[in-house]
Amino acid sequence: MRDRVSRIAAGLIVLAGMVASPLAAAATYQLTVDRVTIDTGDFTRSGVGFNGASPGPVLRFQEGEEVTISVTNNLSESTSVHWHGLILPPDQDGVPGISFDGIAPGETFTYRFPIVQAGTYWFHSHSGFQEPDGAYGAIVIEPEGREPFRYDREYVIQLADAHPHSGSRIFRNLKMMPDYYNRQQRTLLDFLEDAETKGLGAALADRGAWGEMRMMPTDIEDLQGFTALINGHSTEQNWTGLFAPGERVRLRFINSSAMTYFDVRIPGLEMTVVQADGNNVQPVVVDEFRIAVAETYDVIVQPKEDRAYTIFAESMGRSGAVRATLSPRENETGAMPDRREAPILTMADMGMAHGDMDHAAMGDGSTDSGGMDHAAMGHGTPSGGAMDHAAMGHGAMQTPASDPFYAPGSGLLPGAAEGGKFLSYADLKALSSLYEDREATREIEIRLTGNMERYIWSINDVKYSDSEPIVLQYGERIRFKFVNETMMAHPMHLHGMWSILDTGQGKWDPAKHVVSVAPGTTLYMETEVDAPGEWAFHCHLSYHMDAGMFRKVVVEGGPAASATELAEHPEVRQEENQGERLR
Amino acid sequence: MRYRLKVAALAAAWSFAAPATAMEPPIWGIQAEQLELRVNDDASVLAWDSDALFGSDELKFVWRSEGEYELRESTLETLENQARLQVPISDFFDGVAGVRVDTPDGPDRVYGVLGIHGLTQQWFEIDADLFLSEHPSFRFEVEYEALITNRIVLIPSIEFDLPFTDDEAIGVGAFGPKLELGARISYDLVDRAIAPYIGVHYEQTFGDSADLAREEGEEAGAVFFVTGVRLMF
Repeated sequence: MRDRVSRIAAGLIVLAGMVASPLAAAATYQLTVDRVTIDTGDFTRSGVGFNGASPGPVLRFQEGEEVTISVTNNLSESTSVHWHGLILPPDQDGVPGISFDGIAPGETFTYRFPIVQAGTYWFHSHSGFQEPDGAYGAIVIEPEGREPFRYDREYVIQLADAHPHSGSRIFRNLKMMPDYYNRQQRTLLDFLEDAETKGLGAALADRGAWGEMRMMPTDIEDLQGFTALINGHSTEQNWTGLFAPGERVRLRFINSSAMTYFDVRIPGLEMTVVQADGNNVQPVVVDEFRIAVAETYDVIVQPKEDRAYTIFAESMGRSGAVRATLSPRENETGAMPDRREAPILTMADMGMAHGDMDHAAMGDGSTDSGGMDHAAMGHGTPSGGAMDHAAMGHGAMQTPASDPFYAPGSGLLPGAAEGGKFLSYADLKALSSLYEDREATREIEIRLTGNMERYIWSINDVKYSDSEPIVLQYGERIRFKFVNETMMAHPMHLHGMWSILDTGQGKWDPAKHVVSVAPGTTLYMETEVDAPGEWAFHCHLSYHMDAGMFRKVVVEGGPAASATELAEHPEVRQEENQGERLR
Repeated sequence: MRYRLKVAALAAAWSFAAPATAMEPPIWGIQAEQLELRVNDDASVLAWDSDALFGSDELKFVWRSEGEYELRESTLETLENQARLQVPISDFFDGVAGVRVDTPDGPDRVYGVLGIHGLTQQWFEIDADLFLSEHPSFRFEVEYEALITNRIVLIPSIEFDLPFTDDEAIGVGAFGPKLELGARISYDLVDRAIAPYIGVHYEQTFGDSADLAREEGEEAGAVFFVTGVRLMF
C-alpha cells in the first residue's frame, strides 16, 4: 500500500488502488489535460500540461497489472494521450484519426490496457501541437521480476526544448521561412575566416556546392531559440536530485523534446547504460551518450565524492544546453561546462541517393568516400549484412571519430567532450531477446525525404496527406530499410510493435521504440508483426511529423479479437504472444 | 481574357486540395520586404512591397501590394495590387497566375499575370512575371540575402520592367525599360518579425519611357536614401 501512497505523492490521484480483477492487480489513474503556464526563467508562456503542470506527473505502473486511466480534457480543443513505447491494443494507443477520434473538450476518455512490459517510457498528447506546447509526462514501469542490476535510488530525467513560440506559430514560421529559427547560419564573416584558413578558392567552392543544392550545412536544428529543460527546470532553475556518496543512482533519461537531440554527460562520472527504450541491454559503460527525440536511456551512476555533480545536456546542434545537479545536499551546484562549438554538416551528410545531383563532384575535401555505405552492407541478407556492422563497430570503440551509424566524415559524428567513450547504437546489445531471431519475411524500403525550402517532410517523396497506408500481415517479420535522403537526422517511431534495431548482434539486436536515422545513412530495423490493427509510424520531430513524415500502418489478419476485447481480456493477448515472445 | 480561365481552373484545384490537407494546418503569413521612406533633394516617397499569403503546400493565394506615395505632393505615384495563385512546378519554383490591378492617381490598368517565383542555385530569390493586357510587359525581380552576421543582413535587389507597347498615358514607351537597384542593410530586431533597415534605392528609365518622363519635366532617374523596416508575421 505504501507504494500506492507514493503515487499520490507523485502527483496522481489514485481513485481505487485495488479494482477487483482475478488476473492481476489493477490501478486507476486520473489525468486532466489543462492549459498551464510554463515558466522557464527565460520566458513565461501559456502551454498545455497534465494535472495542471508541464511536465505532467510520473505515472508508475507495475508490469502485469491492468491500468485504467481516465483522461479529462479541460482544453477548448480536442486532445489525446499516447503512451509512448507501450505495447497495447490499437484502440488504446491514443492517436486521433487512427486509434480513436480523440477526446473532445470537456469529455473524459477512459483508457484501459494491460501492462505487458517494464522500463522507462513516457506519454504525450498526439493532437495538434500540444506535445511541443508542453503536454508530456513520464512513465516508469516496475518489472514483475527482479531487475538485473542494483541501484539505491532513481530519478526520472526528462529533457525538453520549451520554446517561447507556440507550436502552431513555429510551424507557420517554418513554412513561411524554413530558416526562420536558424541563427547559426554561415555568414560573410565565416566566409572570410574560411578563406583565410582554407584559401579563397576552397571557401568559394564550398559555398558554391551548398548553394548549388540550396541547402545549409548549419541545418541541424530547425528550431533554435528554445530553453532546454530537465524535469521542467532550466539551467538556472537547476533541478536537483539528492544522493548519499557511494550510492548507486539510476537515472531514467527521456527525451521529450519536440525537435532536439541531446548529448548527455555527467563530468566526473561514468554512466553504465542498462536500458534503451525500456528494454534491458548488456551494460555498457560510457562517458557520454546522444539521446534522439523520444528515446529513453536508463543509466546507473555511482557518485562517490561528497560534492555536487552536473548533469549536462547539450543540444546536438549546440544551440541550447541545460544543466541539472546530483548533489548530497540541496542548493549546491557543480562546475558548469562550456557549450561546445556548433557542428557543420559535410557533404557526407548529404548522402548518396540525391538523384541528379553529383555530390561527389562538389568539392568538399572532407568527403572522399562519397557518402555512406551502410546501404551496401545489408541488402537482402539480414544476418550477413549485420555482421559487417559489427566489424565496423569495433573500430568505433577506439576512435570516437567513427560510428557506423553516421556517414563516414559526417559533421554530426559525436565524440565525448572530455574524451572517453561515446555510446553508439553499435554498443546496444539486448540482455534477453524479446523474440526468437529469424530471417525477415519481407523487406520494406522507407526513404526519408523532404524539401527543406518548402518545409515539406515525407516518406518515399509522399506526404502523409497524400499517402496510402503501409499494409502488413500478422505474423510477418518485416525488415525496414530506412534510407535517409535528407540532411537531417530523423527519429523514426513505430507504434504498437517493437523496432528491433539491426546493430549486427543477431539475436541480441536491441528492441527499441525509436530508431534514429542519421543523414546520409541507411539503417535497418526489423519488426515482428504481432499487433493487429491500425498504427501510427512517423518521424518524432514534431514539425516533421506535422509536415508529412508520417504513415498509417495497417496490420491485417491475426487474432480476430477486437481491440476492445483485447483490452478487456488481456489474457487473450498474452496467450497469443507466448509463441513468439521468449520473455 | 484567357488568364481568367486559368484563375478559375486554379480555384477549382484549390477546392479539391483543401480536404486532403486536413491534417496539416493552413500556411499563412504577411511579409513586407519593403516598407520605407525614400528621400532625396527632390522628393520624399513612402514605398512598400508586401505579400500576404494563405494556402497549403499545393496551392497558395498571395495578395501582393506595391505602392509609392509622394509625400510632398500628396500623390499616389504607383499602386499595384495583385491577386496571385501559386502552385509548385518544381522543388524550388512555383508557377504563378493571377490578376494585377493598378489604381494610382491617374489612369487605372488591369493585367493578367503569368509567372514563376522561386529560389535559384546560390540562393537568389526571383520573380519573373508576364503582365498581359493590350499593353503587355515583363518584370524580373531578384533579391539576395547576404548574412554579414546572423542578424545583420545585406540585401541587394534588382527589379527590371520591360514594356512591350507604348502606353503613354502612364508614361511608358515600348521597350523603354525601368530598372530599380537597391541595397539595404537590415538588423533583425525582433526574431525575423521586425527588421529595421537603411539603404539606397536607385531607379532609372530608359528609351522611350525616359523620353516621356523628360517631356513631362521629370527626371528619368533618381537615387534615394531609404530608411524602413522589414516585417514578417
